Amino acid sequence: MATYTGLSALWFSLIGLLWAGYFFLEGFDFGVGMVSPLVSRDDTDRRLCMNAVGPVWDGNEVWLLVAGGATFAAFPLWYGLLFQGAYLALFVVLLALIARGVSFEFRAKFDDPRWRRVWDVANFAGSLVAALIWGVAFTNFVHGLPLSSAGYTGGLIGLLNPLALVGGLATLAVFAFHGSVFLSLKTSGGLMERAQRVARVAGGAAVLLLAATVVGVAAGGRPWHTLAGALPGGIPLVLGVIAVVELAAATLLVIRGRDGAAFFCTGGAILLAMGAIFGSMWPAVLPASNGAALALTVGAAASHPYTLEVMTVVAAIFTPLVLLYQGWTYWVFRRRLQRPAAVAAQAPGASGG
Amino acid sequence: MALDLARWQFAIVTVFHFFFVPMTIGLAFLVAVMQTLALVRKDETWDRLTRFFGRIFLISLAVGVVTGIVLEFEFGLNWSAFSIFVGNIFGAPLAIEGLLAFFLESTFIGLWIFGRERLSPRLHLATIWLVSIGTILSAFFILAANAWMQHPVGYTVEGGQAVLTNFWAVLANSTLWASFVHTVVAALATGGALVLGISVWRAHRAPDELERNAFRRATAFASALVLVAVVLVAVTGDLQARLMDIQQPMKMAAAEALYNTQNGASFSLLTIGNLSGQPVFQIRVPHLLSLIADLSWNGQVVGINQMQATETAKYGAGNYAPVLWLTYWSFRAMIGAGVLMIGVSAWGVWLWWRKRLAASRWFRRAALAGIVLPIIANASGWIFTEAGRQPWIVYGLMETTKGVSTIGAGDVALTTAAFVVVYSTLAVLAVVLVLRAARHPFDEIGEPPDDTDPTPAPGLVY
Repeated sequence: MATYTGLSALWFSLIGLLWAGYFFLEGFDFGVGMVSPLVSRDDTDRRLCMNAVGPVWDGNEVWLLVAGGATFAAFPLWYGLLFQGAYLALFVVLLALIARGVSFEFRAKFDDPRWRRVWDVANFAGSLVAALIWGVAFTNFVHGLPLSSAGYTGGLIGLLNPLALVGGLATLAVFAFHGSVFLSLKTSGGLMERAQRVARVAGGAAVLLLAATVVGVAAGGRPWHTLAGALPGGIPLVLGVIAVVELAAATLLVIRGRDGAAFFCTGGAILLAMGAIFGSMWPAVLPASNGAALALTVGAAASHPYTLEVMTVVAAIFTPLVLLYQGWTYWVFRRRLQRPAAVAAQAPGASGG
Repeated sequence: MALDLARWQFAIVTVFHFFFVPMTIGLAFLVAVMQTLALVRKDETWDRLTRFFGRIFLISLAVGVVTGIVLEFEFGLNWSAFSIFVGNIFGAPLAIEGLLAFFLESTFIGLWIFGRERLSPRLHLATIWLVSIGTILSAFFILAANAWMQHPVGYTVEGGQAVLTNFWAVLANSTLWASFVHTVVAALATGGALVLGISVWRAHRAPDELERNAFRRATAFASALVLVAVVLVAVTGDLQARLMDIQQPMKMAAAEALYNTQNGASFSLLTIGNLSGQPVFQIRVPHLLSLIADLSWNGQVVGINQMQATETAKYGAGNYAPVLWLTYWSFRAMIGAGVLMIGVSAWGVWLWWRKRLAASRWFRRAALAGIVLPIIANASGWIFTEAGRQPWIVYGLMETTKGVSTIGAGDVALTTAAFVVVYSTLAVLAVVLVLRAARHPFDEIGEPPDDTDPTPAPGLVY
């Protein structure tokens, strides 16, 4: 079977874009959740952090669901073998997403410090664990896993190899950086200044860790790159290196107080890193570290062309619409959050719904 | 072992999710109607009711959303072979659900929660309607996927995979349309029953005339809506039964535990003893099963034994009957709860019409108890339709035993146990928070937001 067709290549790219969009958007949600304990001095600060992403986090998470659904529809074998293979890892991500998902809605419901503490921890830990595992997962995908015809069967332990853990920490640092820059843009006063300080440190860590991951992945064998249609290995490598450079530039920009430009760079770095990952996986959806023939290719995993055609038509019609209204949401909530003059401890949540 | 655990896990995560889904669909619609009345009539009472029930709606939505994320991946986690077999067809509605429904719902809910002060009243109203449309679209596409498992259409099987040949056939599936309307009106009844129960109780406890009148109005509105919705549930349920009789006769027979083909078959209201055909005690309604299945007095209903023979001849040796006690009792729980709902809501409408809503203590109790009736009906309806399809995961094409992932029983046990713990916690929290929101002082709702801010920045809601 051919390693790919035009339509399957399109859907592979679209799924890459969905993941990139997901990490760009939920990356800063995760980041805000992770740095909130570092930048917050009191309950109001923690509320400001949560509310900075409050109107948008739910829509951001849908990128993940659509990536999942699109994988199911366009590449059933990829969907089936991937999630079965990464069983416990995905399960932990799901629990993390549940914990942080309900924390937004639940936190303000009781005016009790212990109750709020529980949901602050849930938001923090949920963000951190999800970011870490996504990083571990994608480092493994781009480095290749030992596969058999039943996909990956090495369990959670096999996924937690040193390189993947470095990749996980890199993802964590990149999101923390991305999130603290976002927080600098969305808040004001002392909270903003503390977010900027955290951003500098997170930026430095993100540069080092992502650079280490890029080097580690580049040093690997990548046998699937011998498959017909594979990109020259230099292309993803260059994308990865530019991502690191962008993170370094973002760190310098944060130091100079240019948060808007810095956010542009952290976001760009995430998109480029995802481009590098999907570019390097191509033409495999499940790259195998133990031989080119064992990789699950885009062509072998793809649905029948008719399914892909239907999906293409639906995506062509509705994706622009989604981008438009989701973009509009960010426009509506573009203003910085202000710390309430008299700390409105009375009935948080009373103004909603 | 791993197969049984995977079945249990899927049942747990789906049924739990489905406690919240109809509630959310129903409440989104009801809150949108309330907000429309508030805006069109410039009515402060409806505005307060919108906010009051909006808070409860958001709790249900939050739990529905996070448990829905699990389901997007559950097929790949535990039903990998099934996913690979059906992905060509089943995956498409799932992806479209995300693109059309989830984005709409999740983006506009953020705008609705945070946008009250930032959007014009009309635009703010539009956001909740878009959320409501999103929830209903979501039901349509996920039921399109499920209807295909119940009654596969528009496909061929090629190289071990079901391949889509006609997407319109999948969307025009008769099973889909019957179950879609049935599910959505059931969801309206679910949200309506919650509004009804809480309103009756709040009207009774109201400290002043303003609050009493507000919740009386909500009581009347909800009673009427629930009554209409449950009647439509019954009508569409009946349509589904006739489709089932044609498409999945075994499920129809299993609903009644009818062993042998019968003309003018009676319907048993309940059975004491076992379902093996020699019950200790039964109450039967003559001819009712034939009416349900076939819409005729003496219509033929095929029995389990005959279907077993037919399916054995068609698919080879095997047991093609589902677990009868489960189908028999879930079918009765669903219908029984629905009938009681008609009673409660008709009572409410009648009391309202006679202007006696205030007087009846027994109606108050019935309306409060009525909150759980649709929840029971929804869960048992799903259990019936899914369990009744067994042993098939895709009717006639793939057996459930062949659809499972190759995951060790230990891993499945671990994740199942963890889901039970996490979901139980969520259930307790959701109930506690809904009870708290239901007691929220009415006069505190609808007060102007904190306007001490010199600049109108985005509000703090969470």
